[in-house]
Amino acid sequence: MNRDIQRYTASERSNHWAVAILFVLAALSGLALFHPALFWLSQLFGGGPWTRILHPFLGLAMFLFFLWLAMRFARHNRFDANDRRWLRQWRDVVGNREERLPEVGRYNAGQKLLFWGLLLCMLVLLVTGFIIWRQYFSHLFGIELIRLASLLHAFAAWVLICSIIVHVYAGFWVKGSMGAMLSGRVSRGWARKHHAAWLKQVSPDEAKQR
Amino acid sequence: MTNHWVDIKNADLVLIMGGNAAEAHPCGFKWVTEAKAHNKARLIVVDPRFTRSASVADLYAPIRAGSDIAFLGGLINYLLEHDRIQHEYVRNYTDATFIVKEGFGFENGLFNGYDPNTRSYPDKSAWGYERGEDGYVLTDPTLSHPRCVFNLLKQHYSRYTADVVSNICGTPKDAMLKVWEAIAETAAPDKTMTIMYALGWTQHSVGSQMIRTGAMVQLLLGNIGMPGGGMNALRGHSNIQGLTDLGLLSNLLPGYLTLPSDAEQDYAAYIARRTSQPLRPGQLSYWQNYEKFHVSLMKAWYGKNAAAENNWGYDWLPKLDIPGYDVLKVFDMMYEGKINGYFCQGFNPIAAFPNKAKVAAGLARLKFLVVMDPLATDTSEFWRNAGDFNDVDPAQIQTTVFRLPTSCFAEEDGSLVNSGRWLQWHWKGAEPPGEARTDIAIMAGLFIRLRELYRSEGGAYPEPILNLDWPYLKPEEPSPEELAREFSGKALEDLTDPATGALLVKAGEQLSGFAQLRADGSTASGCWIFCGSWSAQGNLMARRDNADPYGMGQTLGWAWSWPANRRILYNRASADPSGKPWNPQKKRLVWWNGKAWTGTDVPDFKADSPPEDGMGPFIMNPEGVARFFAVDRMAEGPFPEHYEPFETPIGRNPLHPDNPQATCNPAARVFKGDLEVFGKAEEFPYVATTYRLTEHFHFWTKHCRLNAITQPEQFVEIGEALARELGIAAGDRVKVSSNRGYIRAVAVVTKRIRPLTVDGKTVHQVGIPLHWGFSGVARNGYLTNTLTPFVGDGNTQTPEFKSFLVNVEKA
Amino acid sequence: MSSQDIIARSATTTPMPSVRQVDEVAKLIDVSKCIGCKACQVACSEWNELRDEVGHNHGTYDNPADLTASSWTLMRFTEHETESDSLEWLIRKDGCMHCAEPGCLAACPSPGAIVKYANGIVDFNQDKCIGCGYCITGCPFNIPRISAKDHKAYKCTLCSDRVAVGLEPACVKTCPTGAIVFGTKEAMKQHAEERIVDLRSRGFAQAGLYDPPGVGGTHVMYVLHHADQPSLYAGLPDDPQISPMVSLWKGITKPLGLLGMGLVALLGFFHYVRVGRNVVEEDEHGPDPAVHQVDPAVHPYDPREPRV
Repeated sequence: MNRDIQRYTASERSNHWAVAILFVLAALSGLALFHPALFWLSQLFGGGPWTRILHPFLGLAMFLFFLWLAMRFARHNRFDANDRRWLRQWRDVVGNREERLPEVGRYNAGQKLLFWGLLLCMLVLLVTGFIIWRQYFSHLFGIELIRLASLLHAFAAWVLICSIIVHVYAGFWVKGSMGAMLSGRVSRGWARKHHAAWLKQVSPDEAKQR
Repeated sequence: MTNHWVDIKNADLVLIMGGNAAEAHPCGFKWVTEAKAHNKARLIVVDPRFTRSASVADLYAPIRAGSDIAFLGGLINYLLEHDRIQHEYVRNYTDATFIVKEGFGFENGLFNGYDPNTRSYPDKSAWGYERGEDGYVLTDPTLSHPRCVFNLLKQHYSRYTADVVSNICGTPKDAMLKVWEAIAETAAPDKTMTIMYALGWTQHSVGSQMIRTGAMVQLLLGNIGMPGGGMNALRGHSNIQGLTDLGLLSNLLPGYLTLPSDAEQDYAAYIARRTSQPLRPGQLSYWQNYEKFHVSLMKAWYGKNAAAENNWGYDWLPKLDIPGYDVLKVFDMMYEGKINGYFCQGFNPIAAFPNKAKVAAGLARLKFLVVMDPLATDTSEFWRNAGDFNDVDPAQIQTTVFRLPTSCFAEEDGSLVNSGRWLQWHWKGAEPPGEARTDIAIMAGLFIRLRELYRSEGGAYPEPILNLDWPYLKPEEPSPEELAREFSGKALEDLTDPATGALLVKAGEQLSGFAQLRADGSTASGCWIFCGSWSAQGNLMARRDNADPYGMGQTLGWAWSWPANRRILYNRASADPSGKPWNPQKKRLVWWNGKAWTGTDVPDFKADSPPEDGMGPFIMNPEGVARFFAVDRMAEGPFPEHYEPFETPIGRNPLHPDNPQATCNPAARVFKGDLEVFGKAEEFPYVATTYRLTEHFHFWTKHCRLNAITQPEQFVEIGEALARELGIAAGDRVKVSSNRGYIRAVAVVTKRIRPLTVDGKTVHQVGIPLHWGFSGVARNGYLTNTLTPFVGDGNTQTPEFKSFLVNVEKA
Repeated sequence: MSSQDIIARSATTTPMPSVRQVDEVAKLIDVSKCIGCKACQVACSEWNELRDEVGHNHGTYDNPADLTASSWTLMRFTEHETESDSLEWLIRKDGCMHCAEPGCLAACPSPGAIVKYANGIVDFNQDKCIGCGYCITGCPFNIPRISAKDHKAYKCTLCSDRVAVGLEPACVKTCPTGAIVFGTKEAMKQHAEERIVDLRSRGFAQAGLYDPPGVGGTHVMYVLHHADQPSLYAGLPDDPQISPMVSLWKGITKPLGLLGMGLVALLGFFHYVRVGRNVVEEDEHGPDPAVHQVDPAVHPYDPREPRV
């Protein structure tokens, strides 16, 4: 008998992967403009001008999907006292010594940090992206603001990309996570190990067992 | 120009007044920058507005439009009071020593002999010199005679004190004195000032007298005939000097010969009157040769048909029943319905003449109008309703308009005469577009058809047409080369030296200069001052040798300058009476080398007349010297006097507050009906002046995209103070109205126009550029001359575009 | 100009050709001689075949009102009242300054879209331009403009096509007063010296040359009456330099950023190598096929032991 638990609905999974795909496209097109060594990435989008044309739309779409996602997940990402303990014990986290960590709810503190970090980055990217969107919006802003926006945009994108690298690795590292976002299901063992508090919440018999 | 563009670089001081050279003559203005950069020259600008010229000036003084005679009269007084004149020059080269007739007088703003009913001086007999028993004019070299010109001059301008002048001109006294002092420095014999003026002096009801006053200043300072000196009229069209030389004014023949009046039916008397005899012993009085020039002109026109027996065709010349048919007169006649056909060649009268409403009404009374122009001018569309810009009802206009497209200057070979009197040949750069033909072809076609009509149908007095010589290889289109050779002139018979009998010029050969012209019909020259421009050596106008061996910028091998390839007129005056240049280091022009006059320029003098013979440098004048006292040559009197513009902001002449006759130019012609439409200051409180912008050329370049980009839309310039008073911000639309109509335009609010205090009142000035109209690619607008008054200068009838009254409101 | 003349190229990190020894050129604009006739504007449009829109008068002489993709130079007029209550009408020809250290080039992300030639001219290659507008962000003088039609950036080329064949730029050729001159940068500096002496003799004690060191000097220079206050001239920057923000954005932070991203990825990799995946034991049904059971029959090979 399959006793796996539903962690993500089909809609949530689609939303996540929409964000993910758009992120990859926005990141690749953005990186093409970020450093000369990566300008060849613009070829993936049909050349420099197409990269310039597509990037802001990709970014905007990413933001909108992310916003939707964020509204769904925001309530799971509130910090509590356990989170602070969890964070202080980051050595145990990276050392795979989860048993020493406090019980984790739907998301651990790292995930929460990522969530809010991504949201912040996305907001910064959105605002600065409009400011440096030359074709439609830049004429509305002063040059100093545009310069600041360009800098912040690049910085936020850098933070975002680094965060996503961590996110992707974490998904691979914590076996079963990738499957969770693909199939929507996690095993009870997975849930018990990584998100015990959440499991208790969502599974009444689990709570009884204890 | 007495001098020429390049020569400006020799100036120590440049005065731009009555013009805005940087704006309207930017290419020639390079020589001002050259003088500043390499001759340490200072630049002074006196103008109602702080202009583009002022932007690079060392000194700027504001002035109320139309008050220049007061400013310059004050300067004359300043120079005389402070003894800042070039004494030797004034004593030897001007009429300062001449004694004026006893009857001459000036009282309460009027000279003697005024008739208010005819608005003129019918009797100018007292405006002349005392003669001795030998017939020559009496002089007083000590300048002590109370009626010598010098003392009369001094007396006349003694009223023009700094306070009086500042009160009339509105120029702050300190700025004015600074300008005067800087100018006075050029009284030093080795220093020169050049005066550059243009329509800012000519386009006033006292325009000719403004220019005269400038010339008088230059004479006092010894700056006429000098390198870097002179009175330099900057001509507005590239060949308007050439047109003037060939008889622009309706009373002129080519080369400043004059048409006879109706009273002059006798040829001998006509010639005698113009053959002025020397007024002092030993003077050349070059107009003694008048008949030679006249006969050569008639031979050029009528060929064999002009003969001694028929007085060289004298009867075929029109005789003037009035002083002249100037444009104002002609349009007044058109307005009165007295003209039914009008050939409009290279002119845009509805835009270029004053009081557009009157001009348009005149055009509407024509049966036919022929417009010869490269562009579809506003005039050719005067009948088209263009909304508020040209609010006419085409159904009410019956004039038939023929448009004949012409080539423009770049589409034909020919010569252009620049402001500096250089005849420069140019070559066609492109073929004319479409059906455009040269003006020559159109005129020749008209002539041939008219002649055919006269031949076949007769008509009243056909001789002037039928007898015309038409020797061109292609009669339907004479070539520019043929015409150029014709105006230069050729020998019709072998010319021999009367003294030695040696052959000078073979029959049929081109002449080398006007000295070879004869009154016996053996020479032909279509314009005596151009004689020699196409000599036996070929087309000298096409020369492009800019060699300048003395570094004086005279470049005698570049093109050809009238007269006689002479670059600076009256250049004998650049040397002292003994024949040495006043400034042998930097201003060597001509000098006496012991045997003859020679120099860096062609001497404007009798080449073998030694200095000790005392011939004066102004050889065209019977006096042999320059005139402060204009004798009877000017309509308003021998000495310029300040008169208010016909639309005056102060309503009286502060010099003669009690004499209404002396408020405005008492000798200017005013047509019936026009006096009534002059505005009054109560209703139209602001002084307006119209002008060109450097971005445009008249009403032509509104048809050109690039020019339209650089100044796309009609505007008026308003000083900050007035704008504040009227609640107008830069970029607002304003309505500017005069008693003749209104225009609407964008307001350019500027610090460059400041209010002036005139006669105790605050006077605001408004600047109105003129380039827009109801056709073209620039944003369409109103014709500026909707506003201007229909009155002209007392002598030339040039319209008073530069000073009139308007009101300004937020539109 | 040939590829050998290109000594700097946007979005390029390796050295450019450096063998060609060419004199640096410069255009010198003598503001004190300029009458604002706009002949240079027209000549620029003529030579470069540009036709801007017929605009509006906005209450000033400045027309067009600003630089555009079709107006690469224009006159900016400033009415300045001096302390002594006299008026100056300062007229400055605005356009690309051709900086020795061009901010546009630094900011441009498209390799070769902006180049600097050995003679100092900074030129845009529109075929490589992607239209991002970073050049505008990078420029300390607010010069480049993006065309609304083709979304390419445009600006004064210093008539690089003319200069390449030994001609002066079109604006220089047409300038009626000689306010714009062109030559080697050295010669132009000398010319400026003479002009400054003249201006000082006319009471402009602060006359001087505008060749701002903040951008390494420029190949378009001004002679100013008030060199101590360049901003009087319609906002000419007093001390232009590539904005610190742009330097930060486009400078050392870029390779560091890339390095950072790489490090994060490597960190993950080594974490995997050293710590390994976080696996839920109870879920593992049977041996993980990925992990080979050690066969007791197989011994590790030790070279010190003789083989049996």
